[in-house]
Amino acid sequence: MSSEEIIFYAFSAILIFAAGMVITIRNPVFAALSLVLAFFTSAALWILLEAEFLGLTLVLVYVGAVMVLFLFVVMMLDINLAVLKEGFAKYLPFGAVVAIIMLAQLAVIVGPKQFGLDKFANPVAQGVEYSNTKELGRQLYTDYLYPFEIAAVILLVAIIAAIALTMRKRVKRQTMQPEQQVQVKRNERVRLVKMPAEKKL
Amino acid sequence: MLDLIEPFMQWMPESLANVSIIVMKITALLVPLLLGVAYLTLAERKVIGYIQVRIGPNRVGPRGLLQPIADALKLLTKEIILPSSANRFLFLVGPVLAIAPAVAAWAVIPFDDGMVIADVNAGLLYILAMTSMGVYGVIIAGWASNSKYAFLGALRSAAQIVSYEIAMGFAIVGVLLAAGSLNIGEIVLAQQGGVWQWFWLPLLPLFFIYFISGVAETNRAPFDVAEGESEIVAGFHVEYSGMAFAVFFLAEYANMILVAALTSLLFWGGWLSPLEGILPASVFDIAVIGALLGPGIHWFLLKTAFFLFVFLWLRATFPRYRYDQIMRLGWKVFIPITIVWLLLVGWAVVDHWAPWFD
Repeated sequence: MSSEEIIFYAFSAILIFAAGMVITIRNPVFAALSLVLAFFTSAALWILLEAEFLGLTLVLVYVGAVMVLFLFVVMMLDINLAVLKEGFAKYLPFGAVVAIIMLAQLAVIVGPKQFGLDKFANPVAQGVEYSNTKELGRQLYTDYLYPFEIAAVILLVAIIAAIALTMRKRVKRQTMQPEQQVQVKRNERVRLVKMPAEKKL
Repeated sequence: MLDLIEPFMQWMPESLANVSIIVMKITALLVPLLLGVAYLTLAERKVIGYIQVRIGPNRVGPRGLLQPIADALKLLTKEIILPSSANRFLFLVGPVLAIAPAVAAWAVIPFDDGMVIADVNAGLLYILAMTSMGVYGVIIAGWASNSKYAFLGALRSAAQIVSYEIAMGFAIVGVLLAAGSLNIGEIVLAQQGGVWQWFWLPLLPLFFIYFISGVAETNRAPFDVAEGESEIVAGFHVEYSGMAFAVFFLAEYANMILVAALTSLLFWGGWLSPLEGILPASVFDIAVIGALLGPGIHWFLLKTAFFLFVFLWLRATFPRYRYDQIMRLGWKVFIPITIVWLLLVGWAVVDHWAPWFD
């Protein structure tokens, strides 16, 4: 085995293990941390495929930002496992049917008929000078300009919608005006009063 | 250097030799780095001491120079207390997750032309990815401690790091637009030609935003609400003692050095000499003086040391920000400025503005 193969199998094993942990482990914080591990190892696998931009962006965006906020929420929630497990037996048959159908669909779509090794040539190994980032940027801003821009606009709309939905106007809202706070002068806050130390009787 | 070692490695298979060369490079980087961290703590106490008209530590060794060694020995021999009903595994993993990215990010930092462990194409992106991992140490430590103070500190620092990362990322995007590369060595080489060619001038607002975001990212004063002694004791590491606490300390200071090093690489020409373009080129060919005045690792270390001093200076000068003001500064001031400046830089690059982008 070449060293690349060893790295690939090691990381794949960790990835599968972590993905399994995400759905089997009981503690939600551990499950979220397993997801972090899964993202990180898949980033490593992408880098092995010479897709360093995608790999590093996966770490930067998903591990560095999305999962942090996710963990944030999971840690703040007071999750009662007993309540979550209620009705497990009742929903089991239905859930099992859904799971089996999904598995069958996946097997048909991702099976060897469409994604077998004979269907794909090995990726061309590029030289040291090859920059995946540059290539990706060129593709995104030439061939895929419209889809890329449209995706960006859709995301922007989503951001604005999310903010608009959560902005509720409260009647008595107490907000601070930082400009005023910064420009405050001493005389507006402190009043010096001259008083004799002792009153003459 | 490597030519000297190579004959001794003839007996090894090639892969083993490669790995051992990498390990040697890592050791050659980490030992000075950790020594630097140790002495940065002394420098901090001394500098702040002098600013406050005190003398700082002066008992251990000549002029207090052995103080960090004594501190390290003390921390090593102290007991690590595991709080009752803390999550044991995560409690111990927290410090490791804090220091590992802080140290791993150094792999792509060039100290001189070609003097770098991993000369990767997407070096800057790698740095961003690694530094964004550092927040896990803080969150996990805060949660696993099973303490309200620790948890509050962890939440504060997580929110702060995530918000300032955006401004920091945009500032870095400005640098890579100007340099046309993500490789840090190439970014430095793009700044060649004297002080006025360095990116601090065309990217002045981005330089300030990068450095201030760096201070916020490392949870240093005046952005150290994650520790906030006055309200939440010591933040995320209240429950840690001994070496487990020291590892958080090491990570914080390693991150400080990293931000200072990156500031000097991205905006202040890294190892390039400020005298280039001022002195005639023939000066740099003189035997010893030329090497000193010309580009070299000493300039890089000098610039890094200066920005580290600024870290300490800020800490001794400014009172701590209020939390909502930190968020306002990050989201409402820094991010809009970076976006506007990015558009300007993009225009300047397309238009080939002399003397920076020709």
